[in-house]
Amino acid sequence: MSEAVPQKQFKYITKRRRVIEDRRFITGRGNFAADYNFPGMLHVAMVTSPYACAEIKNIDASAALALPGVRYVLTGAELFEHINPLLSGLDLPNVKRIPLAHERARYAGEWVAAVVAESRHIAEDAVEMVEVDYDPLDYVIDPEEAMKPEAPMVHPQHGSNILCDKTWVWGDVDGDFESAPHSLAFRAKWSRNSTVPIETFVVTAKWDEGKELLDVWASIQMPKYPEQIARALSLPVNAVNVHFDVDVGGSYGLKRGIRQTVIVSYLTRKLRVPVRFNEDRLENMSGGEMHGPDRIFDMEVAYDGDGIMHSIRIKATDDAGCYPGRAPLQLGKPVSAIVGPYRIKSASYNAISVTTNKTSQEAVRGFGQAPTNFAIETMVDKVARSLGMDRDEVRRRNLIRADEFPYRIPSGSEYDSGDYHTVLEKLQETAAWQELIAKRDALRAEGKLAGLGLSTCLEPSGGNSSFEPFLNPKNDTTTWMESCLIKVDMLGSITALMGTSTSGQGHETLLCAVIGEVLERDPDTIRGTHSESIGALPSNSPVGSRMAIMLGGAAASAAEKIKTQLMEIAAHNFQLPVDRLIYDGGDISVEGDSDKVMTWTQLVDIAHRNYHKMPLGSEPGLQAQHTWEVPTGGALPAEDGTVQMYPCYAFEAHIPLITIDRETGQVEILDYHMGHDCGTVLNPDIVRGMTFGGIAHGIGAALYEKFEYDEGGQHLSGSFMDYLLPSSHEIPHVEMIKHYTPSPLTTFGQKGSGESGYLGAPAAIASAVNDALAPLDLELTTLPMRVRDIEGLLNGQND
Amino acid sequence: MSEHKITLTVNGREMSGYAESRVTLVDFLRDELGLTGTHIGCEHGVCGACSIVLDGKPVRSCLMYAVMAEGHEITTVEGLEGPQGELSPLQDAFWENHAMQCGYCTPGMLIATHTLLVENPDPDEEEIREAIGGNLCRCTGYQQIVEAVQMTAKKLREAT
Ligand code: FES
Ligand code: FES
Repeated sequence: MSEAVPQKQFKYITKRRRVIEDRRFITGRGNFAADYNFPGMLHVAMVTSPYACAEIKNIDASAALALPGVRYVLTGAELFEHINPLLSGLDLPNVKRIPLAHERARYAGEWVAAVVAESRHIAEDAVEMVEVDYDPLDYVIDPEEAMKPEAPMVHPQHGSNILCDKTWVWGDVDGDFESAPHSLAFRAKWSRNSTVPIETFVVTAKWDEGKELLDVWASIQMPKYPEQIARALSLPVNAVNVHFDVDVGGSYGLKRGIRQTVIVSYLTRKLRVPVRFNEDRLENMSGGEMHGPDRIFDMEVAYDGDGIMHSIRIKATDDAGCYPGRAPLQLGKPVSAIVGPYRIKSASYNAISVTTNKTSQEAVRGFGQAPTNFAIETMVDKVARSLGMDRDEVRRRNLIRADEFPYRIPSGSEYDSGDYHTVLEKLQETAAWQELIAKRDALRAEGKLAGLGLSTCLEPSGGNSSFEPFLNPKNDTTTWMESCLIKVDMLGSITALMGTSTSGQGHETLLCAVIGEVLERDPDTIRGTHSESIGALPSNSPVGSRMAIMLGGAAASAAEKIKTQLMEIAAHNFQLPVDRLIYDGGDISVEGDSDKVMTWTQLVDIAHRNYHKMPLGSEPGLQAQHTWEVPTGGALPAEDGTVQMYPCYAFEAHIPLITIDRETGQVEILDYHMGHDCGTVLNPDIVRGMTFGGIAHGIGAALYEKFEYDEGGQHLSGSFMDYLLPSSHEIPHVEMIKHYTPSPLTTFGQKGSGESGYLGAPAAIASAVNDALAPLDLELTTLPMRVRDIEGLLNGQND
Repeated sequence: MSEHKITLTVNGREMSGYAESRVTLVDFLRDELGLTGTHIGCEHGVCGACSIVLDGKPVRSCLMYAVMAEGHEITTVEGLEGPQGELSPLQDAFWENHAMQCGYCTPGMLIATHTLLVENPDPDEEEIREAIGGNLCRCTGYQQIVEAVQMTAKKLREAT
């Protein structure tokens, strides 16, 4: 790893440190949701709709209930009567989202009834015995068909299948298009895929009648989870206790099982025993509402003969599936970086969210940014090709320069910092770009289809909620905080709490390193842990690539408060002003008189036991909490439609070299280089791991993964046989080049990296495939570019 | 349905429990024997999260019924540590290289690479990728897992 801008000299952060959480995973001692067992616990299995759309006329559960071991069958009608509909991201009062289908099933695989039994086996047996009388109705699967006036309506009460259709114009788009000598237009498609964690969604709820308390253990990653449960069940939030110490087996934004949770929470209150729902793979993939963005881009760009891009028009039509929870908001987040890393002076954006008879869309890594980056990068490649210019040269001419930061893009977001040209240069140098071109050409000379890809993309990070008021004016949320509580006990050990769960990001390790850095204490002696929700640390959970920034910032600030308290105790005992004292490793000495020292142990002991040695009126004990608001947050969108979205912007560039088998259409990745700048890196192994994982996920989205529906509205990708996740054979060795441009907005200069790799890999692979196809004058602009798609194209059967 | 008594050797210890004939080995290990280190990702033999060692070979415990394991010898992730709870060189290398994130696929990955190293103490990258080719990981992109196995092999070579 080379380092042009050296990372500041830190003691613990920025250094390689073992990840604390790993210790329990390598010995089989993780605490995943399915590992919690309770006496008398019942299990749920779901009755699913075989129809893409059908009226539910009657549900006869008598045979199922007669099976020994079956305890209850819950229907949508019962739930509808007793719970409040789940929240929707947009203002859609007539689109009711109930955890089980009520009156009408709206997609094949939708959960219609929940069978509760003494074992999952018995519940599954009983599912077969529940007789549902359906009246099949017309349905619509294609989002563009759904927008036609004659299309069957998914939610007739809403009066249309269009959930949102908004246009923003930032700058003189029409004028810029008119004055530019060139323009081009094209369509790109990002198909429905998802993060597909290896652990499905699992939740257990246990109602304690004596305490009137609902305990929940779930594989969850979602903002305001306890509040959403409480709202749905009309409980006060202080009657809901979510155990955030459950290890989550992968999520990447996705695990938002509020329907699942409300079902088991309702059942445990009704049946007075613990109830678990552990989705099987089919329940997860078909009915679990865990699909990601499904988007059609109509792109236009105005540019000149030098390859300078002046303006873009983006129309994004997104298929939200049938119950639009937060899905449509994934059209809003990309406004954060709507012109990518480029100096494009005006832009317009038309965001359309459509409902269809497919499973609902949920939040996925990047929250809509990866598809948008793919569309923008495809556009840049097309500009280059149309002018006969090199793709890297067009990028260099358009990339924002290092001396232009902070840089405000037309839609109003200010990019905090970056040095895109240097990262690209370093990457091309390390990857030996010219040699890769020679290698590609040599492969071509051998008769092979070979392509070199390039993408330069942004990862907006620090996640806030700006897209909520942006798309839904009735929502005026501007607060998007994260908290840390630090307690120093009487014997001097440090415990730090966060108010959220972790799904592989290493938050405990993050807390320990940051607090160790500020308090100058060995991180290995610190315990980082998760508060239960009833411990009520305000949190917005690890979404939007925000925890290095937000939890790191909150922890550092809380640690500073502890330090201040210690300094005040020492100042009082030395009878000296604070500015005469020196803090060193937890001990405090007098400047110029190194014999005068109070040790960490003495200071902590005074805080806990010697009130007579404490400054007058001070609080005994030693603990501090800090809740951090997201930097640049706190403002509603402006009247002119501009908005500051996320605060920090990481940059990544990818260069893959691939070949395509002329006969089969099979893509092989021969070489993969990636350049990455996410500011100061708090833990290099964690950032490296998330980036490699993101690249693998991006390769999946580019080449393999798609939730497919047939014309009858049936979902065809309910297993790992039908939905292909890339294995160690498909994912190449990746060479990563680091650069460190600190953010001026964060405690240590860090930016987010939870979505890195994924935000640039799909675009880069598409770029490589199209470079390979270019000599044949062929092109693909739909992801995934599967073997069959490429083979079809090569044989002249492009669909 | 009637239950069968099943006796088998798990991680060097004889254990018994009861299961209906339709109960899979992974469910038996987790629910009846309380060994929750072995995970479930698909229940159809693709993801490898449920991998265990059965009579020296890696198998998918979701594809076997518990009754089929009667009398056999099994190692699960809980059995990889030494007698005093010390980490095996492979476990230590997984930790050193951060060869995981969420840890959900990790037990299966450890089992797959543990059996690889028993058979082939000096695998090259291709052989390592082959050995974990049937274990899906959504977090890591596999690279740090490959590095962990390479480090272990190197350490084991140096130790002998
Ligand atoms: S759970 Fe056995 S292979 Fe996936
Ligand atoms: S570590 Fe999460 S799936 Fe492999």
